[in-house]
Amino acid sequence: MPEFPDDSVGLVMPQMAHFDDPLPLACGRTLPVYDLVYETYGTLNATRSNAVLICHALSGHHHAAGYHSHDERKPGWWDAHIGPGKSIDTDRFFVISLNNLGGCHGSTGPTSDNPATGRLWGPDFPMVTVSDWVHSQARLADRLGIERFAAVIGGSLGGMQVLQWTLTYPERVANAVVIAATPKLSAQNIAFNEVARQAIRSDPDFHDGWYVEHGTAPRRGLKLARMVGHITYLSEDAMGSKFGRDLRSEDLSFGYDVEFQVESYLRYQGDTFSSAFDANTYLLMTKALDYFDPAAGHGGVLAEAVAPSQCPFLVVSFTSDWRFPPSRSRELANALIRAGKPVSYVNIDSPHGHDAFLLPEPRYQAVFSAFMSRAASELGLEEQA
Amino acid sequence: MMRADLELIHRWVPEGAHILDLACGDGTLLAALARDKRVTGYGLEIDPEGITACLARGVSVIEQNLDEGLVNFEDDTYDLVIMTQALQALRRPDRMLDEMLRVADECIIAFPNFAYWRHRVHLGIRGYMPVSKSLPYAWYDTPNIHLSTFNDFEHLCRQKNLEIIDRAVGIGEQEGHWATRLWPNLFGEIAIFRVARRRR
Repeated sequence: MPEFPDDSVGLVMPQMAHFDDPLPLACGRTLPVYDLVYETYGTLNATRSNAVLICHALSGHHHAAGYHSHDERKPGWWDAHIGPGKSIDTDRFFVISLNNLGGCHGSTGPTSDNPATGRLWGPDFPMVTVSDWVHSQARLADRLGIERFAAVIGGSLGGMQVLQWTLTYPERVANAVVIAATPKLSAQNIAFNEVARQAIRSDPDFHDGWYVEHGTAPRRGLKLARMVGHITYLSEDAMGSKFGRDLRSEDLSFGYDVEFQVESYLRYQGDTFSSAFDANTYLLMTKALDYFDPAAGHGGVLAEAVAPSQCPFLVVSFTSDWRFPPSRSRELANALIRAGKPVSYVNIDSPHGHDAFLLPEPRYQAVFSAFMSRAASELGLEEQA
Repeated sequence: MMRADLELIHRWVPEGAHILDLACGDGTLLAALARDKRVTGYGLEIDPEGITACLARGVSVIEQNLDEGLVNFEDDTYDLVIMTQALQALRRPDRMLDEMLRVADECIIAFPNFAYWRHRVHLGIRGYMPVSKSLPYAWYDTPNIHLSTFNDFEHLCRQKNLEIIDRAVGIGEQEGHWATRLWPNLFGEIAIFRVARRRR
């Protein structure tokens, strides 16, 4: 049996929390019962003061670190940053990572049963917002006996949840880390999401979202959606250096089969994704992104919207990210500055575009670790045995 | 033990002030001020190592190039803006002075005095650009593109009708012996000015 690396949390087991208390949602509907699937890494200390919440991005899930089995080829999606001695040091912190409501990795979502009808929820699953997720995450924290998180951390859509946490439950967040995120989507961001949604919804196999009952799935639509999305996750330079104009074979074929390496890559990404992800979930997640705008209720003034927050923030952007570029992170940092809140802002030089937040990079790790270990020592967190 | 210029600035900063520290380096001054005087505010820095050191100290640090001004800071929102050892490296030091006194009533600026006698010897007698403890670079790789003297700075303040509340000079950053001297423009290696907008 192969050994796991020393800085890995090793073998991890997903757990399930069932909730019977109905959850009122921003859309006006109520989720009567629901499950949240989550994983934990590290050890909760006696005073329950070392818990860290990880919020996932568009296509993320609860499996953020470690391995589900010895055969698993790749570890969790944020394994580069969670583990013993890593930025989110599991020798000091107790890390909780969950799959959000509406997801398709075990938490209640479109692929779960609707208790009212006995059918799958499918397209009837209510629209969930970033706020709804934060409320559901707070209930999970209650269940685990965590009053206040040492830190709430997330990248991209996960970063938006972090911001919402500091506004909805300011007294429950000791530190906030918002990475490669934005305080609201731009018209261009929404436009890309709409292309993705139209790709899915116009697939003949979509059946108005009841594809499971029709024994099929809108794989072509979801594949296209992912291909478009994937382009926005990479930078032009990253694509250029990875693929350039490289061809799969030596000669041009003057046809529409895969010729350029980048086509092959995108198709592969799309195929892999569309065979594993639920189309209704993808639709929901992109709407949650579009709707997020905490400043909307404050005349568009973000500095007023962030007034309730009480904790130090670390805001991180990446130079080549054009999905949520550095200017969007600066917008958040500047609003916090205007509101007189403690905030640090760092712009990491990286060629990897939006995806940079998932990858290890020395300066990113140094900055992240410095902020987290300062947080740990301020909270008096010792290394756990 | 803090650098002597920071030691002196530490004394000048009032209790509980809300401040900006431009080119805050590793955050030593802000951390000390937060600890000793309950000072709040932000450090601005572009050096990656300085920024990481600030984060490790719990200093709120913003990665920001000073040549782009302070547009993200509103008028009259700080008690004090501090800038040590950066004035001479800015593209437009005069505009930065305006910016500092836009966001606060008062600022503290420390910079190397180009008219320090050792510098004069380098240039006036030996005929070379000065290299010293306060100006440690060669002419071709120096970040210091706007060197000035004690007198030059006072002249700029007069032109801008600014009030010089306090000034101090020192010989070398590391030496703790600070005094206003008879000929500061000749004997002072580092100048520290405390400047304010004139009350109308």
